[in-house]
Amino acid sequence: MAKTVTDVICPFCGTLCDDLEIQVSDDGTRILEVYNACAIGAEKFLHSQSKDRVTRPRMQQEDGSYKEVSYDEAIEYTARMLVNAKKPLMYGWSSTSCEAQSIGHEIAEAVGGIVDNTATVCHGSSLIAIQDVGIPSCTLGEIKNRADVVVFWGCNPSHAHPRHLSRYSIFPRGFFTGKGHKGRKMIVVDPRNTDTMKMADVGLQLEQGRDYELLSALRVAFRDEELPDVVAGIRKEKIYEAAEIMKNARFGVIFFGMGVTQSLGKNHNIDIAIMVTKDLNEFTKFSIIAMRGHYNVTGSGAVLGWQFGYPFATDLSRGFARYNPGETTANDLLRRDECDAVFVLGSDPGAHFPISSVKKIARLPSVAVDPHITPTTEISKLHVPVAFVGVEVGGCCYRMDNVPIESRKVVDPPEGMMTDTEFLTRVRDRVAELKAQAPVGAPSAAEPQEA
Amino acid sequence: MAEILIKNGFVFDPVTGVKGDKKDIAIRDGKIVDSVSSSAKVYDASGKTVMAGAVEIHAHVAGPKVNEGRNYRPEDKLFVNRAAESKGTRTTGGFSIPTTFKTGYSYAKMGYTVVMEAAMPPLYARHVHEEIRDTPIVDEGAFPVFGNNWFVLEYLKNNEVENTAAYISWLLRASKGYAVKIVNPGGTEAWGWGLNCLSVNDPVPYFDITPAQIVKGLIEANEYLGLPHSIHIHANNLGNPGNFSTTLDTFRLAEGYRANNRFGREQTMHHTHVQFHAYGGDSWLNFESKAPEIMDYVNSHPNLTIDTGNVTLDETTTMTADGPFEHHLTELNHLKWANVDVELETAAGIVPYVYSPNVKVCAIQWAIGLELALLARDPMRCFITTDHPNAGPFTRYPRIIKWLMSKASRDERLNTFKHADKVISATNVGGMDREITFYEIAQMTRAGPAKALGLSAMYGGLAPGMDADVVVYDINPETSFSGEEIERAFSAASLVVKTGVPVVEDGRVINNGNKRTLWVDAKVNENAQVMRDVEEKFLKFYSVNLNNYEVQGHHYIPNPFAIEVDATQ
Repeated sequence: MAKTVTDVICPFCGTLCDDLEIQVSDDGTRILEVYNACAIGAEKFLHSQSKDRVTRPRMQQEDGSYKEVSYDEAIEYTARMLVNAKKPLMYGWSSTSCEAQSIGHEIAEAVGGIVDNTATVCHGSSLIAIQDVGIPSCTLGEIKNRADVVVFWGCNPSHAHPRHLSRYSIFPRGFFTGKGHKGRKMIVVDPRNTDTMKMADVGLQLEQGRDYELLSALRVAFRDEELPDVVAGIRKEKIYEAAEIMKNARFGVIFFGMGVTQSLGKNHNIDIAIMVTKDLNEFTKFSIIAMRGHYNVTGSGAVLGWQFGYPFATDLSRGFARYNPGETTANDLLRRDECDAVFVLGSDPGAHFPISSVKKIARLPSVAVDPHITPTTEISKLHVPVAFVGVEVGGCCYRMDNVPIESRKVVDPPEGMMTDTEFLTRVRDRVAELKAQAPVGAPSAAEPQEA
Repeated sequence: MAEILIKNGFVFDPVTGVKGDKKDIAIRDGKIVDSVSSSAKVYDASGKTVMAGAVEIHAHVAGPKVNEGRNYRPEDKLFVNRAAESKGTRTTGGFSIPTTFKTGYSYAKMGYTVVMEAAMPPLYARHVHEEIRDTPIVDEGAFPVFGNNWFVLEYLKNNEVENTAAYISWLLRASKGYAVKIVNPGGTEAWGWGLNCLSVNDPVPYFDITPAQIVKGLIEANEYLGLPHSIHIHANNLGNPGNFSTTLDTFRLAEGYRANNRFGREQTMHHTHVQFHAYGGDSWLNFESKAPEIMDYVNSHPNLTIDTGNVTLDETTTMTADGPFEHHLTELNHLKWANVDVELETAAGIVPYVYSPNVKVCAIQWAIGLELALLARDPMRCFITTDHPNAGPFTRYPRIIKWLMSKASRDERLNTFKHADKVISATNVGGMDREITFYEIAQMTRAGPAKALGLSAMYGGLAPGMDADVVVYDINPETSFSGEEIERAFSAASLVVKTGVPVVEDGRVINNGNKRTLWVDAKVNENAQVMRDVEEKFLKFYSVNLNNYEVQGHHYIPNPFAIEVDATQ
């Protein structure tokens, strides 16, 4: 007889589904089956069970091979690396709990580090746009209960947030939306003919990189002003049609993704998308929501916000918090050789940063804390495997609409493995000891190598 | 625990009725006591003023809208971020929406030991509690919002007070909340469709209930439960010229109800930031003060308490669960607008605002806030707030105290406004000679709010048995002092003791104290209907599961203090 754990939170994407059911073995050590999750979410739970999982820290040797080390040695290396560095980059924080982020920030404050999260290569441009023009938004349950017009702009939830459509945005029957998807108009804007595009009532397949123009054209159309015959590759009749649907919504929403945040125009695309939403509030009720990627990147922005005042790219190297995207963002620091050590937790820059940045990480003293073997762990001097948050340990996570949900522990981690918070707490305490006994900059085994 | 003796200060304490007499305050084991042994640590407070720790009854200091305000306003941090001040403290930042660490330190330095977060969206309760956890020193509670909650609207439409009470009890426990907060009753639900309720009789779309019914029903449910605090309301029609009549209509809804509780609370309604609700005229051109009309009513109705919401003339960040108002404001000032509608529960909006002394309306608002306090006949029912950060940051309390205690400082400010003549003719403050006394300040910032919150047994006074929250200010009430000296003294206390632990000395934080999270555990008889309704709403309409809703666990509330209420009989 297996037992079932219910109401499990999926620690994969920003949709943060909280209705998974997971069958575990009687002794509570093995996951047997995952119900209700999408393919990606299920894989995350099942992958934690893989036989070849690394369960102890590993130090990379001169020849590229790995030597297993104890957690104590890993803590000592990490603490010394951070204390000795003048300006360590502490990057990631998006696939871990808010408690871990909080301890990480204490360490960063103590060592004068820079804390940046994955928004830096994802929705950071959205955060900058929000700082420019604000954001009218709502929770996902509001969409479910009220929305009759749903716009997906530069995002493809069918693949990237697979249960978004069924849980919140298109299919569910809510309080004022008893007809489900039959009562909703779906507008999709994307240069690609994605699987989401194929479902659209109105599909606007625009020319790549012309989002700003099309958004601007919508603002013109809302005001019943003249448009050129074609904007961004879309005929004006189609633009007027979309504008009318949006204006006549009872309650509308725009979801947007990386297609607009990281393509030509970046934060300016989001600026004008938000202004489109604001315009629509003259006629009806409209919201706009970023399709955040990692399951707790939103939480990282929240914790950074209440502790230091900025949602990412927070430089603590002067003792107080500074924020200047372009200067204090991870890639800019790496490429300018401004940081002299790299600590990564809860992200995989090795896979997602430009190769020029990745090469810099490879040359620096570096620690990667991650349950998986990733491109980042492969280029880091030290890999510290930890328990999976949301699978083997609980903790607070923030959904893409900023709603905080406590993730659950489903099974025990492999014998003797530490969690993020345990590891960080030990590092924090060791950093405090080292700072108390030795002047900063004392030589150690973790001195940067010649670049 | 160590003993402390604070000697020879001029003590102002409404609870024991001490009005500036020289007196020693003795502390043992976190409580005020009659006397201590000779081994007590002695602080010499000669020539200084001694009061209980101050109690903040209404401020937006923790939670999703506060944090969105921080994150979307990097400009609020310009030139004010600082490295940690001393060992054991954290880096600080932000002006109108300070970081959690700065919030805790700043309150403590001014002598505040208790702070109430004024609006908690229940779905975001975890976020509120995480921020409260990271706000050092001060004890905190949070008020979940009920005035636009679908359960409440549906129950009260049918006059089901007992079910409303059972739901309140359930939600207070689930969100670890302290009191029943109402913001723009019905209007925020209407905002779900881009609409609003501007009077107490405007029907709420679909739910077919009026703000008046919501408010009366929640008063009844609140008194049915016997909660420590009364309903805490921000009425309809905030911020609009001529809205004083809506405010009076709202006040009248509380007539005929009696406070039912074991906490010594006497009021059945607390109306917050009344400055924003005391406007005459019908446009910004003939905008004027209606503080006298408002205070006439307040003075003659002991079932009512208010706080002021004083405008401090700063650049600040407005934020409220009154979603439609913030949209209205962004249309007025064209500054960046953030909004969040929260499923089944509430909404919130944020817009930066510059209260400029060069703008007539801002100066009139400044005057109205002061008039409310100056016209209050019972300082135990009128409390000083800035509705932080809406009318200004809480860090300006010392300046408001200056304006209230010194007519010279007040007149100097009034007479140097760009449109001084127009401001003087639209207000009454120029003709007011009253100067609030130290004793009245202690009533308005300590004993009064503590009593209104149902916390008079613990906070707001210096009677033996009460929590040892004691503050020493470096100002001698028996000599003459200037307004500037008042502001300086109240900005940085010489000594703050929080539950028996010295946390501030000479205006510097020396200890993070023993912070607690206050919440109300109200027990009611099992109510199958309400529990069925809760299950149904979560199954069908919420975007989270019922089992993932309740705030539980040490990492949210490391040091809880539950106030128990039994409404099962």
